Amino acid sequence: MEKIIVCVKGVPEPGSVKVDPETHTLKRESSELILNPPDRCALELAAQIKERHGCRVVIISMGPPNAEKVLKEAYSYGADEMILLSDRAFAGSDTLATSYVLARAIEKLEPFELVLMGEKSIDGETAQVPAETAAILGLPSVRGVFEIKFDGKNWQMLRERGSFVEEVSFSGRAVIAVNSRLSYCRPPSLKKILEAREKEILIWNAQDLNAEEKFLGLSGSPTQVEDVFQKEFKQKGEIIEGEPLILARKLLEILKEKEILK
Amino acid sequence: MIDYGLSEEQKILINLAKSIGEEYIKPYALLWDEKEVYDPTPIKALAQADLFAICIPEEYGGLGWGLFEMCLAVEELSRYCAGISTTYAASFLGAYPILLFGNKKQKEKYLPQIAKGSLCAFALTEPQAGSDAFAIKTTAQKEGDCYVLEGMKHWITNGGIADIYVVIAMTDPAKGPRGASAFIVEKGDPGFSVGKKEKKLGLRSSVTTELFFNNCRIPKERLLGREGMGFVVALKTLDYARCGAGAQAVGIARGAMEIALRHATQRVQFGQPVYHFQAVSHTFAEMAMRIEAARALVYSAARFIDSGAKNITGASSMAKCFATDVAMWVTERAIQMMGGYGYMRDYPVQKFFRDAKCLQIYEGTNEIQRNVISRELLKYYK
Repeated sequence: MEKIIVCVKGVPEPGSVKVDPETHTLKRESSELILNPPDRCALELAAQIKERHGCRVVIISMGPPNAEKVLKEAYSYGADEMILLSDRAFAGSDTLATSYVLARAIEKLEPFELVLMGEKSIDGETAQVPAETAAILGLPSVRGVFEIKFDGKNWQMLRERGSFVEEVSFSGRAVIAVNSRLSYCRPPSLKKILEAREKEILIWNAQDLNAEEKFLGLSGSPTQVEDVFQKEFKQKGEIIEGEPLILARKLLEILKEKEILK
Repeated sequence: MIDYGLSEEQKILINLAKSIGEEYIKPYALLWDEKEVYDPTPIKALAQADLFAICIPEEYGGLGWGLFEMCLAVEELSRYCAGISTTYAASFLGAYPILLFGNKKQKEKYLPQIAKGSLCAFALTEPQAGSDAFAIKTTAQKEGDCYVLEGMKHWITNGGIADIYVVIAMTDPAKGPRGASAFIVEKGDPGFSVGKKEKKLGLRSSVTTELFFNNCRIPKERLLGREGMGFVVALKTLDYARCGAGAQAVGIARGAMEIALRHATQRVQFGQPVYHFQAVSHTFAEMAMRIEAARALVYSAARFIDSGAKNITGASSMAKCFATDVAMWVTERAIQMMGGYGYMRDYPVQKFFRDAKCLQIYEGTNEIQRNVISRELLKYYK
């Protein structure tokens, strides 16, 4: 087995998010980026495949230069190479433009056996990138996968489908969206953390990827965000006071009013 | 409070141990304790994080660091669960004899496995041979290309879950202490079996068992060092390992103090957080002083040993004895500072207290440590 590619994303540390009022997109340069938590599950499955079959694990990520920290963290879970896809022209990309850039980079990394991604990112929560990347590459995509085995010829995967588990078997290549609820993800390796400090990150820009400008950034993004706003929580707790008997009556009234009890 | 001038690598190690503690240990520690079960998951995580590779030389797949770094990791893990840190540290206790006395072939065979996380155990204690270690009865008779082990060991940490056992047995009982030898026994060796798992007051997420050797036949290449060196191997190993017990004690004490401190600064009685009462705040001041003193002693002893010093027995005994007494005192006070909450099994300080008790007993009771220290003292002040 040659190579497994894992796509990871730097997401803003929850609580530190700033929104660009013009473009309605997240200002990634302004906040501290962390490794998108579901991507750790993709890195775990990649590390398992590497342990069993001895392939290389290559991490790619599209993002601003400050995503380097995220790549190094991802590397410490057992990867072999890191590539950052970074260019001003990529700014403002929606899922389709992102998938286009990832697909160009994946093509450039031929030959490979599998592409793994976390099933969604905790900032956008669209879960579109794995399927869109697969479509651009002309590969099938399988989502919700939590177990991967390879018998030398066929892949056998288990994936969650709502309330049941489905067994998927296929030969050839695919883009896999890994389930975020793996029962175990390994910690980073001390040797890899130490190694990552010196390890160079390869940076590819639009030109390196032979990417067409019309598919990049805002111009390559059909998604039009109308508004981005801070969600307000209008419901709040109500404290009722008084004697237990009166309290119980009041509570019963409220529950009936809200049609919780009839 | 005190900055020990740790290197960037050492800080990375501590942060990694901390993140493993938060993710793989903290949420489950009380449950393991309650059910008295060994969960291999945190040990698997420690292995995958390379934490078993710390003091294994680089040529055998390790990081080539020293005892000091091992102590840093043990201390941090002990803040979360001393049962897990016992499994971890006791594995080094089983690994040190190979590291210190193994020949090239033995090192080549075992050290790479150990670096990857194969657990080790150290088997010295027998029912009639606790503090009086020289009273062991397990024998090893040479027969052709083999040694045949007969006897039993008890209270062996990692019994049954370890793959590699270092066993001290008498090859020539007539010679007394000079007739003992150290052997490597592997899980699955014929005639080697594991007895009952002990029920303990603390360290309940770790495994302590009996080991039986019934006509247990092992190749003669499993002898560590030479015949007759058994107690040299055992005592030297304990010189190293006792610092680990000291580091565990510092971690337990820190963990208990941190929990109690959070409680004391939040718990309001008589209109103010109880921390503002002098009886409480002074107790914490006392805890902090003793913890820092214990830590300074453990760190100094570990660095002293790593420097290649020869006479390490006294230093490591002092570090073990002082730090474990501090852990016992601090955990008892931590319960008192939390009042009824400290006594409830919903809170972890009572677990820290029960765990700390064992540290005054194992790897040489603190009474034996005082014997050792007072004996060593005469070498320095004649």
